[in-house]
Amino acid sequence: MTPSDREATGLLTRPDDLVRLLDATGRRHANPEFDPWVADVDVDALVDLHREMVVVRRLDAEATALQRQGELALWPPLAGQEAAQIGSARALHDDDFVFSSYREHAIAWLRGVRPDELLSVWRGAAASGWDPYEKRMAIPNIIIGAQSLHAVGWAMGAKWEASSAASIAYFGDGATSEGDVNEALVFASSFDAPVVFFCQNNGWAISEPVGLQSKQPLARRADGFGMPGIRVDGNDVLAVLAVTRWALDRARRGEGPAFIEAVTYRMGPHTTADDPKRYRTDDDLAEWRERDPITRLHAFLAASGADMEAVDADAKAAADRAAAELRAGITAIPDPEPMSVFDHVYAEPNSHLERQRDRYARYLAMFDESAEGAR
Amino acid sequence: MTTITFGKAINEGLRRALADDDTVVLMGEDIGTLGGVFRITDGLKAEFGEHRVVDTPLSEAGIVGTAVGLAYRGFRPVVEIQFDGFVYPAFDQIVAQVAKLHYRSRGTVRMPMVIRIPFGGGIGAAEHHSESPEAYFTHTAGLRVIACSNPADAYVMIRQAIASDDPVVFLEPKRRYHVKGEVDLEANLADARPMGVATTVAAGDDVTLVTYGALVQTAKDAATAAAEDDVSIEVIDLRSLAPVDYATIEASVRRTGRLVVAHEAGEQGGVGAEIAASITERCFDFLEAAPVRVTGHDIPYPPAKLEQYHLPDLDRILDGVDRALGRPNSLSEVDA
Ligand SMILES: Cc1ncc(C[n+]2csc(CCOP(=O)(O)OP(=O)(O)O)c2C)c(N)n1
Ligand SMILES: [Mg+2]
Repeated sequence: MTPSDREATGLLTRPDDLVRLLDATGRRHANPEFDPWVADVDVDALVDLHREMVVVRRLDAEATALQRQGELALWPPLAGQEAAQIGSARALHDDDFVFSSYREHAIAWLRGVRPDELLSVWRGAAASGWDPYEKRMAIPNIIIGAQSLHAVGWAMGAKWEASSAASIAYFGDGATSEGDVNEALVFASSFDAPVVFFCQNNGWAISEPVGLQSKQPLARRADGFGMPGIRVDGNDVLAVLAVTRWALDRARRGEGPAFIEAVTYRMGPHTTADDPKRYRTDDDLAEWRERDPITRLHAFLAASGADMEAVDADAKAAADRAAAELRAGITAIPDPEPMSVFDHVYAEPNSHLERQRDRYARYLAMFDESAEGAR
Repeated sequence: MTTITFGKAINEGLRRALADDDTVVLMGEDIGTLGGVFRITDGLKAEFGEHRVVDTPLSEAGIVGTAVGLAYRGFRPVVEIQFDGFVYPAFDQIVAQVAKLHYRSRGTVRMPMVIRIPFGGGIGAAEHHSESPEAYFTHTAGLRVIACSNPADAYVMIRQAIASDDPVVFLEPKRRYHVKGEVDLEANLADARPMGVATTVAAGDDVTLVTYGALVQTAKDAATAAAEDDVSIEVIDLRSLAPVDYATIEASVRRTGRLVVAHEAGEQGGVGAEIAASITERCFDFLEAAPVRVTGHDIPYPPAKLEQYHLPDLDRILDGVDRALGRPNSLSEVDA
């Protein structure tokens, strides 16, 4: 059965309800609208989702540690948002295209980005880490909200070229206040662009609670832009997978954009430079720890009769492998050559920059000569 | 006199302005409860309340645009842009509205707004966190552009900027935030040096070195180093980038006959280009060499591990000084 008839679509603008298939204890709740979207998810698929969440949590912890050791300049942790990211990224097809902000490490991981490619930017060693065309994922954006417009433009093009691919824009709760995000929603709607707006509402924009950005569930905004809005438990990987599949499917079928608000929580600091104690209490954290995305899938797997020893051993082995790859990768990232500051500014030869490059090379050469002279 | 950091000096200046004038309001992202990502507004929300120190939704156009409306009502908004690279979403409001409203309203509407921007590099930050956007603003008629370099100036100049009836883009060299200096917290604005006037921070006879922001300290260090080589550098801290205090620079160049301008921003269309051209026009007969610019490259700000190859440092400034003096330098062969 495909639940993608228009009638169902119409029913889905119900942003006040939270779509949840697995509750915090891991109990499965029936949902007639969304169950069909994950009907194919068998135990093996659940084990895969569990493993990937464990892996990205580990990568995140390793990266945070590397920052503390001075190997990275900065790191924005994803801790707490594993289900929102793994669930949505697992819904993507290979030919779909991701436009993200800076915290979507798990998305990158599932798009096949290697740890060293992910870390080189945060090490301050490179302007970007991977080829966006190869990974089907754009260069992450630090400018809040900017990528949402890019996702829409990509989707407009996909539609005009009669491609069956869709794009997905990841952004945060804070980003919904930026003009770019609102303009993206207008364009997407106006052109029926095959794009999914995936908002991770993690409760905070640095120190600002989501209540400062919106007086109502963010998903409700979608209605005003003329697209369905849906609120999903962002710590329920199964529900996230289901709603993202639904949204991508209708986009691919020409029914236009949709807005997903994944309600989750930023368990860590905004970045390693942030001190959340200045603006929130541990009580909030404790509450959200109860809703841990990995624990609940783990409980559901156990209840489903999976061999949990094997599940845990497999996840741990995968996390160990990824962590080892990450640690080996970080030291292998080369420090950039001084003269590479001039690389890639323009696609075509540029006489002004070439002159500047030449003069700077002469300047640097002066030090080589004096070093030689001193020897 | 008290010894406080640059950041604390701005904090004290803001505190004083909030206390002295009820129409002053601070707006920005994370400036209230958190006290700003650099803690420049630390404690001010607790002291003055959430209607004076306002955490805004995450939108720079929203912040500056609503500040325009507040200014229409007679408020003196002081907005914080979290980092230099995040000012661009507000660029339209700044350039098309803030800068032009006095003109467009034939002088009836005042825009006494201060737009505080931590600017410049040298802190190993991620992209968009180290930029020097000053030339966009100096190019825009209707804006005053200020870049302070030390705690004492910061304390006075932020208050002068707030007191100004013209909109001021107030650039704070973020890598100097933690540097300490003596500040007279009792300082009266009436006695203070006007913010449009430059300061000669080191006297010298051989060459005039003009800079601003974080590079003022580098320039002073360069002057000290050059003195050992019997080269006497006069260092001018520009303080105001628009308008420029040409009287101070001219008087110096007429004595030294040589000009070097240094800044972190790129060379093309930069503040240095403007000063070099203006001084050439005004002091042509006194110049003994072409003005020299020592600047960042004309590239997007590079990744942290490359910033040392982008930012002018002491050696690059001295190389520029050598060039102005006709001493051996990196471009001797090119110039010959
Ligand atoms: C245009 C712009 N303004 C400000 C910032 C500084 N900044 C970086 S992250 C952030 C908060 C973003 O919050 P949210 O959109 O909820 O994403 P999250 O960090 O929670 O993933 C801010 C204000 C920025 N990067 N870009
Ligand atoms: Mg957030």
